[in-house]
Amino acid sequence: MSKIEYDGPILEIDNLSISFFTRLREIPAVMDFSVTVQPGEAVGLVGESGCGKSTVALGVMQDLGVNGRIVGGSIKFKGRDLNTMDADELRAIRGNEIAMIYQEPMASLNPAMKIGKQLMEVPMIHEGISEEDAYKRALEVVEDVKLPDPERILKSYPHQLSGGQQQRIVIAMALMSKPALLILDEPTTALDVTVEAAVVELVKDLGKKYGTSMLFISHNLGLVLETCDRICVMYSGEAVETGSIEDVFDKMQHPYTQALFRSIPLPGADKNARPLIAIPGNFPLPHERPQGCNFGPRCDYFQDGLCNAGDIPMHAIEGDDRHNTRCLRFADIDWNAPIVTDKVFEKTEPGRVVLKMDNLKKYYEVAANALFGGSGATKVVKANETLSFEARESETLAIVGESGCGKSTFAKVLMGLETATEGAILLDGKNIESTAIENRDTQTVADVQMVFQNPFDTLNPSMTVGRQIIRALEIFKYGNSYAEREARMLELLDLVKLPRAFAERMPRQLSGGQKQRVGIARAFAGGARIVVADEPVSALDVSVQAAVTDLLMEIQRKEKTTLLFISHDLSIVRYLSDRVMVMYLGHVVELGTTDQVFAPPYHPYTEALLSAVPIADTSIEKEHIVLEGDIPSAMNPPTGCPFQTRCRWKSKVAGGLCDRDVPPVRVLADGHQIKCHLPDDELANMRPVIKVAAE
Amino acid sequence: MGLFILKRFGVMVMTALCLTFIVFFLTNLYPNLEKLAKSEGNFRMSDEEVASYLGNNGYLRPLPVKYGEWLGVWPGYVITGSDGKTRARCATIDIPVDQAPTFCGVLQGDWGFSNVFKDEVSSIVGTRLGLTGKLMFWVMVLMIPSALIVGVLAGMKEGSKLDRSLSSFAITTTATPEYVSGVILITVFASSAFGLKWFKGTATQAADAATFENFFLPVLTIALYGMGYIARMTRASMAEVMTAQYIRTARLKGVSFRNVVMKHALRNALIAPFTVIMLQFPWLLNGVVIVETLFNYKGVGWTLVAAAGNNDIELLLGISVVSVMVVLITQLISDIGYVYLNPRISVN
Repeated sequence: MSKIEYDGPILEIDNLSISFFTRLREIPAVMDFSVTVQPGEAVGLVGESGCGKSTVALGVMQDLGVNGRIVGGSIKFKGRDLNTMDADELRAIRGNEIAMIYQEPMASLNPAMKIGKQLMEVPMIHEGISEEDAYKRALEVVEDVKLPDPERILKSYPHQLSGGQQQRIVIAMALMSKPALLILDEPTTALDVTVEAAVVELVKDLGKKYGTSMLFISHNLGLVLETCDRICVMYSGEAVETGSIEDVFDKMQHPYTQALFRSIPLPGADKNARPLIAIPGNFPLPHERPQGCNFGPRCDYFQDGLCNAGDIPMHAIEGDDRHNTRCLRFADIDWNAPIVTDKVFEKTEPGRVVLKMDNLKKYYEVAANALFGGSGATKVVKANETLSFEARESETLAIVGESGCGKSTFAKVLMGLETATEGAILLDGKNIESTAIENRDTQTVADVQMVFQNPFDTLNPSMTVGRQIIRALEIFKYGNSYAEREARMLELLDLVKLPRAFAERMPRQLSGGQKQRVGIARAFAGGARIVVADEPVSALDVSVQAAVTDLLMEIQRKEKTTLLFISHDLSIVRYLSDRVMVMYLGHVVELGTTDQVFAPPYHPYTEALLSAVPIADTSIEKEHIVLEGDIPSAMNPPTGCPFQTRCRWKSKVAGGLCDRDVPPVRVLADGHQIKCHLPDDELANMRPVIKVAAE
Repeated sequence: MGLFILKRFGVMVMTALCLTFIVFFLTNLYPNLEKLAKSEGNFRMSDEEVASYLGNNGYLRPLPVKYGEWLGVWPGYVITGSDGKTRARCATIDIPVDQAPTFCGVLQGDWGFSNVFKDEVSSIVGTRLGLTGKLMFWVMVLMIPSALIVGVLAGMKEGSKLDRSLSSFAITTTATPEYVSGVILITVFASSAFGLKWFKGTATQAADAATFENFFLPVLTIALYGMGYIARMTRASMAEVMTAQYIRTARLKGVSFRNVVMKHALRNALIAPFTVIMLQFPWLLNGVVIVETLFNYKGVGWTLVAAAGNNDIELLLGISVVSVMVVLITQLISDIGYVYLNPRISVN
């Protein structure tokens, strides 16, 4: 089937409204949404979960399921209205003219079909070409997405590839028929940062090469800045601001956009001097949207009688290119007013050492094949290798690394869920490395607590919030009577800024942020002195993240807690931590104060990690470092330096030292250590990765 | 793979040992032996006579010894009884006591002698198994394709009218036990009650010459019951697969609905029902007992009922060993087939 020739915009969405119909009511998911994508243009669609951005994408694909329906407006693709097409016409366009890249690559590939077959299917359906031609095309495209050994890849099943490779296959599949429009629905959310950076660069290059227009859906403003020409910010089913990247990022005209930027940690934000400003309140549920402006109840500029009077249309901003805002007061607001921060904190000085790790090692023995046989040789997974560091009272130590680097294993060993293979963990000078949690005394258990990544799974769904906290208090043997524990529970709810009435609620009645607050209350129930926070905000929406981070900081100041903050998000680490430990394949590759780690000389891995993190600030210039390949498996780590397979500095080390020896720990400055063979003068010549452009 | 099969085979042997021991223990409880003695001797035997009969025939020795003998790992008894005659376990009409071999048990291929049918257990089980095999084969031929078709059709569009009607049908058949559906089928299709008389109500002749007329009803009775269950599983599996993201991917690639179902969904949807189909074998053996008795078809099920009713110990044991083997071999096949269907599982 040939492609349609058309000169106008690739995609024109005009006043689109989509609703889902349940037995109870009609739930409007998208209202009055308009966007235009020109040929070769990349448009970003940004918003928090539930704002309707994915619904727009599925609406374009006309794949809204049984309950969803387009109730108004039009979606024109190359001038033809998709809403009025029949199934055959749509099928001719799907995959051929419009292709989609999905959030979870593993789930979007057929597990029982070879990659090659899944790829070849596309041109065979749409262009009716022969199997050999399709195979040739598949080989080409797989090479284009920079996968090694394309022939082997085409013969493998999806589960035999890593996450990054799978996503490249999904991209290849989308490009098989050279579509005019590519819809990317959070394409990198499930990937690690360095892999994400590589995939993003690939998408950008291929977009240029094939001249494809893109609709890029993301919650990550930094990512949109790196990939798109234009941006559309959505809030609660509506587009609130659209415009070019520069206009929206630098001259925003909607309070929500402004609030969003103020709540994400950009370079320059500091937990003491310039704390983040969280957006107050919660995201409205679709059937509980307020009258007038949806953002009204959470907006600083809200004016009664004006903002809640009636529907608000989009207003064009004079002088800018197609820059629109859905705000009635945009002309009245002084957008350049300095940020008012009511709270500036004294930097807290870290106290005495409470936790000391000394050459901690954790190895796992895994049977080569647990299900069948088992006679095979057992393999040793070195999850943690010689971990040594100290953590002081009221200090925040961030542990950074990608999946598989051993940061969660370390947390498990510290908590006592696993025991160490070798080395020592000293809590107040007492060894706890080989005491499993069930053998620890109550005080030790209460002292070391954890805040988990996913607040949705870590609360018992059939117990009230209050009961869960009281249960923790009972376990920590707090108080002598139920009344005493109940009183303490209410105090804890105050501490995490939840209304006391929440004690009677069930977890399902709480939002994600509120659940995480309960998780924090539970962790602090026994007066924990060391709290391991395992990616505590990564499952939450951007606007809620700031509030939860703030809360953690505040409790820490009050309780002088030692916070071990495990994260892969360097922006937030830079914002809140005092010291940073960077891990790679079980090794600590760099350890130092936040300033030391975020400035040269870097460990090569830290450098790549810093470069990979998207930053939502147009004034930032980044050096582009893309790591080749994937993280090696911990089952089969490379010889010598763990990072040598992906290191761009390897050639600067003489004599193949990197292949041979694990680098020793070198102390560069007071408290700053790295594990690298690079000679001193090379380290001294490193340039900063992130630069603020001179204004 | 070889090692895997070997291991599974070991498990099979262990299971068979445990199971036969339980059957052996139950059939060798004293009241059962007493009944045996009375049916072999005469019904007016006194308690002393029963004891001496059982003693003379080696029934009163410890259970493990007797079990060992049956297995063929313990020397068979040679007893000079209270009546002065010497009896040996391994002696038959053709082989006198002094020439009898030391071991005679399952391991030596000697499955014992059926008191009821007056024949070697091995030959009885062999022929009866063949008959049941014939029944099961036709059950499978009827049941599996129709169950899969019903399941896939119902599951590909969840909640549609087609789904609702096929699901109702499947639930009805699987909720109706064979002894109910069998009777209904006979009444409707084979009796003068409705005057249809399309089929025969007995399958006795089918043992020698199976025809559609005399064999369809027993096959249908078993198949209906198993079919509903497999269809339900297939439907659930299919419905789940149809909501998977890779099906959306396929749909948004422009694949037609027919091909989405045939090429993308089917293989993934069949993984779960495959195990269920294999698990159905032991259940179908249940049905075989009822249906064979109901239609008077002289297969293993019918024989089992006869053996149990007459406390025919050695025949019962023989049938239980065979049943265990059938069940475990189907499980082995199911595991291997699972590996083949699901590329994510590898035996290497």
